[in-house]
Amino acid sequence: MVAVTAGDWFSTPENYVFLAIALPLVFAGWRVVTSSNVVHAVLYLVGALGGSAALFLLLGAEFVAWAVVLVYIGAVVVLFLFGIMITRAPIGVEVELSHPLRVRISAALVSGALFVLIAIAALTAFGSESIPEAEVTRTADIGQSIFERFVIPFEVVSVVLLAALVGGIVIARRDPSPEEIAAGKETL
Amino acid sequence: MTLADYLPIALMFVLGVGFASVAMYFSWRIAPKKPTPEKLAPYECGIVPLQEPAQRFPVKFYMVAMLFVIFDVEIIFLFAWAVRFDQFGWAGIAAVGIFVALLIETLVYVWKRGALDWNVARRARYRRVVAPERVQEEAA
Amino acid sequence: MTGWETLLTAAIKVAVAFALLLSLTIVLVWFERKIVADMQNRLGPTRAGPYGMLQTVADGVKLLFKESVTPRRVEFALYIAAPIAALVPALLIFLVIPIGRPFTLGDRVIDLAGTDLNVAVLYVLALSSLAVYAVVLAGWSSGSKYPLLGAVRASAQMISYEAAMGLALVPVILFTGTTSIRAIVDAQAGEFLSFLGIWNIVLVPSFLIFFIAGVAETNRAPFDLVEAESEIVGGYHTEYSGFRFALFFLAEYINIFNISALTTTLFLGGWHGPTFGAPEWLAWVFPIVWFFVKTVALVFVFVWIRASLPRMRYDQLMQFGWKRLIPLTLVWIILSTVAIGFRRFGAPWG
Repeated sequence: MVAVTAGDWFSTPENYVFLAIALPLVFAGWRVVTSSNVVHAVLYLVGALGGSAALFLLLGAEFVAWAVVLVYIGAVVVLFLFGIMITRAPIGVEVELSHPLRVRISAALVSGALFVLIAIAALTAFGSESIPEAEVTRTADIGQSIFERFVIPFEVVSVVLLAALVGGIVIARRDPSPEEIAAGKETL
Repeated sequence: MTLADYLPIALMFVLGVGFASVAMYFSWRIAPKKPTPEKLAPYECGIVPLQEPAQRFPVKFYMVAMLFVIFDVEIIFLFAWAVRFDQFGWAGIAAVGIFVALLIETLVYVWKRGALDWNVARRARYRRVVAPERVQEEAA
Repeated sequence: MTGWETLLTAAIKVAVAFALLLSLTIVLVWFERKIVADMQNRLGPTRAGPYGMLQTVADGVKLLFKESVTPRRVEFALYIAAPIAALVPALLIFLVIPIGRPFTLGDRVIDLAGTDLNVAVLYVLALSSLAVYAVVLAGWSSGSKYPLLGAVRASAQMISYEAAMGLALVPVILFTGTTSIRAIVDAQAGEFLSFLGIWNIVLVPSFLIFFIAGVAETNRAPFDLVEAESEIVGGYHTEYSGFRFALFFLAEYINIFNISALTTTLFLGGWHGPTFGAPEWLAWVFPIVWFFVKTVALVFVFVWIRASLPRMRYDQLMQFGWKRLIPLTLVWIILSTVAIGFRRFGAPWG
């Protein structure tokens, strides 16, 4: 868990673990956007998220790592899967997801710009700083920063969650009309 | 934490995947393979499959998943608070109190909108809320 | 410890845990069949081995030699991945459960648990949420309607009760102030009657909610709608046969054991129990015995519930989860927080 200069890159075992995690992660991320079958894309997303959780573990951020697994893999992606099941033909049909070329090019430009932006931000913020082993993030420290420094954002998060759910229900939910009931088509 | 704490987990992962794969492969090698068209058809208790399954699932499954995402996020925050409970004292309890109140508000909203009503309850709600006059017509 | 020693210790722990889980499954299946048979006034397995104890072994070997039918419309890669995805999280969860008191070997202290994580409680929740993937993969890749219906049902059920399970653990963490399972067990140690500490079972609602949610998470009766034969044939694993099915079965029983062991560890004092003043070289045996006694008692409750209660209807299941269990948990979190707050910090106005 010690960041190193380029010279002794090969002598630090963490770097090999990093590579073993990062390469599949990049592959999974690539397949998320290139798979033509939505369910496959979602499963590659699970792989990509699992890889990022593993990277957090490598950094010593256990709480964040398992929170990613619990919330993203265990809940958000399950939500995606349910979304697929309720909107698209679930069995046997390959769903063609390819977009026209101009959409792909603009998507590539946007994600490329985002990558550069995040890379610059990370490099200017941290540069070649290393994480001392003693300062490994513990659950309690995360709790401390949430409940001392970030109390207001924390409360705002709960309002945002409520608003998101209300929005979701308003869009998704509709009581059946009498005609539908008469035709036996109510979605019970 | 050190990576050594995760060594048993990594080993067990490899062992589990290995055991399952090897056992399935071994079983496939030694077991008889006599496929017939009937055997390979989707199993429906001997009845010939006539129609494709429903193309869509009811949206209520999606709403349960949505609600679950919110509760999961809450669990993470509550855990982070609970380990430093002593340190935050009543101020922490107040902060979490507001948070949990909004969570309860969410649940109440969903409940009142009937998104937690399935089959029987949903039908009853429909009769009660959406079309009471129809119920009266039927009764007449 | 040197690197090789660490690796060797980890490898031995994993091998022992794996062997233990496999043999426990064999015993538990037999145990369940015998108990249910007794409760239903039948004999249960009697032929294979003494009292039919080897029946599970016979069944396992039989499944190994049975044809693994691969139906025409499956998506093979995912179809094969599903049983693996069912088994692996079940195996991994067991690793954080301490089954006995740490013992010293030479100058080293060895935990009787696979590993000790600071965030073990979160780890357990995260891994049990991964169990949904086995169900969804199996249902989706089978290319058949009943598995798909069963999978959607099962996954909605599992995530609903997962929420209740996670919330039920909040008071436990409040009470003990840690998310490490070893620390939670240590917090339940005590001297009363020479062993009895304050077990977390004093948080009775948490205990009950956790256990009920655990029964639902493992898809056991009365929450076994996943495989309601009368409606959706065998549920998500309808199209699985031979040893592929056996892996789902194995995962189910390991999960039952895990839930019982977790309930023991989090609420019933883990391996703590009287040692009857036994000498030091013998005293480490008692904790292991106590751990298994408590856990098997809870497994018995699983079986007892199965033999006693009829299967719920799906709308009852979802309503029980969201309209009873979760509101109850939220009320309990508030009550316990306020109570513990008063005990630790005094009145907020004083």
